[in-house]
Amino acid sequence: MSAAHGTIGGAPRADKAKGVVFKGLLLFSLLIGFVTLIVLIVDVANDGLGKLSWSFITSFPSSLPSRAGIQSPLVGTIYLMLITAVVTVPIGVGAALYLEEYADRNRWYNRLVEINIQNLAAVPSIVYGILGLAFLVRGPVGLGRALLAGGLILSLLVLPIVIIASREAIRAVPPSIREGALALGATKWQMIRRQVLPASIPGIATGSILALSRAIGETAPLILIGAIVFVPFNPSSLTDQFTALPIQIFNWTTRPQEEFKLLAAAAIIVLLGLLLTMNAFAIWLRNRYQRRW
Amino acid sequence: MGAGAQIARRLTTSRRRTGETAIKYALMGCAAVSVLTTVGIVVALAGPTIEFFQEVSIGEFFTGTDWSPLFTPSSFGVLPLIVGTLTTTFWACVVALPFGLGAAIYLSEYARPRTRQWLKPALEVLAGIPTVVYGYFALTFFTPLLQDIGLDVTVFNALSAGLVMGIMILPTVASLSDDAMTAVPHALREGAFGLGASRMQVSTRVVVPAALSGIVASFVLGISRAVGETMIVTIAAGLRPSMSINPLEQIETMTAYIAQVGIGDVPTGSIEYKTIFAVAATLFVATFILNLISIRLVRKYREVYE
Repeated sequence: MSAAHGTIGGAPRADKAKGVVFKGLLLFSLLIGFVTLIVLIVDVANDGLGKLSWSFITSFPSSLPSRAGIQSPLVGTIYLMLITAVVTVPIGVGAALYLEEYADRNRWYNRLVEINIQNLAAVPSIVYGILGLAFLVRGPVGLGRALLAGGLILSLLVLPIVIIASREAIRAVPPSIREGALALGATKWQMIRRQVLPASIPGIATGSILALSRAIGETAPLILIGAIVFVPFNPSSLTDQFTALPIQIFNWTTRPQEEFKLLAAAAIIVLLGLLLTMNAFAIWLRNRYQRRW
Repeated sequence: MGAGAQIARRLTTSRRRTGETAIKYALMGCAAVSVLTTVGIVVALAGPTIEFFQEVSIGEFFTGTDWSPLFTPSSFGVLPLIVGTLTTTFWACVVALPFGLGAAIYLSEYARPRTRQWLKPALEVLAGIPTVVYGYFALTFFTPLLQDIGLDVTVFNALSAGLVMGIMILPTVASLSDDAMTAVPHALREGAFGLGASRMQVSTRVVVPAALSGIVASFVLGISRAVGETMIVTIAAGLRPSMSINPLEQIETMTAYIAQVGIGDVPTGSIEYKTIFAVAATLFVATFILNLISIRLVRKYREVYE
């Protein structure tokens, strides 16, 4: 900041003024994000509230803007969330338990797993779409544009988030709890099942809900596995075609007609409502049940 | 973990417990899923990418300045997509890096613990807004706003997409930089305060330098996010490959190209199908290098302070 005086200290009054300006800049940095968030919400509400109605939620997508609704995208999103939860939570918690309770950090393969998870958390989501396209939709598994393919790709996408959050929750359980259980003659798995897991469930649940809210907001991987088609029906099995809320929002946003943009805004309100509810629930869970040791 | 594992070893009975061993391997299998995902990505990308380079020379791909794979005569120079990606990434960084760092300094050095307690989850909400929503915002609100303040931007432009992407990445940079700065021991701050330094001096000359590797790690991860971000640029930056770095014009990024082709139904094995794998492989390698640098740097500050 001030190259003028090299040592710490200096003219007190000038420093005080500079300190105030500096703090102002920091506050501005922090507020710019929140202000944008508020402007975004107001803008979307402005555009979309007029279109939002019960019939909008219960109607199927249509080429006529006045009749179009989001029933099949909303149902698709809920199914995707369920598949992702069923697949990713057990695997994620299992991996976290292995890394925290069993893995010997000095082994190269365990270190590889750790770096691998950190990297996977930052791989662009569209690359996961490529993985789904090559293996699940076409290639060896050949599910086609099925609901299951979408759910599995989202599961892999958020798996690193679940693992990282679960590890933190497991690590927060103090070693004395483990030692106590072992001293009483519990086997390692008994100790984990009856002491470590129950104590870390609030943290795991919070992390999992946040991961699921990330999953249902994803668009890019679903585009690649071909979910961007007209689907005016709810999927009735795992191998059915599907659509999802973000896909429908993208579809409507990219249409030139103004009318469809308003529909996109209305769908965004529903999606954001769903996400904010999930986030609020996750934060409430964390504050309500998290134990401080 | 460490201590627990040692105690467990000392206390194990001489009798082998097969159930316990089976559980260990089952959990190990869960961890292996993440490794298999990476292997799967590499394998998925490698096959069609190799086939692509049998038809198009590596030289043409990386030095060609014309990307028109869907036209005849076709041309496969990826540079316009890379230039487009760098342009939007640059404008995202203009927002995300300085303001992300500023927000982090405020959180770690200025905010009271109670304020911090609700500011951090609020930042998480900002980070949790789906990118398709940011894309809508960039296209229908931010671009018209730029036009209103007199900038000569087209309907699709790199500037609006880049700046909005910067807002999207800001929480990531802020949160990771904040982690790095809160890991700096209090003794360092107290020493500086004791010498008469002001809060600003402590922040800029003690805490930021001490946390520098973590801050740089957050910057690198932010850049990686910007390079790989798809929906905002697909919706708001356009789908016309261009060598121009003028942010007021329409461009196309690598991710937007992949999405554009993904929207259509491309026959497996066609050259168009292979192009998205070649572009995605380029994207994957670029973000992989950035992620590794970031992971390295985080580890560095953890080793020093934790």
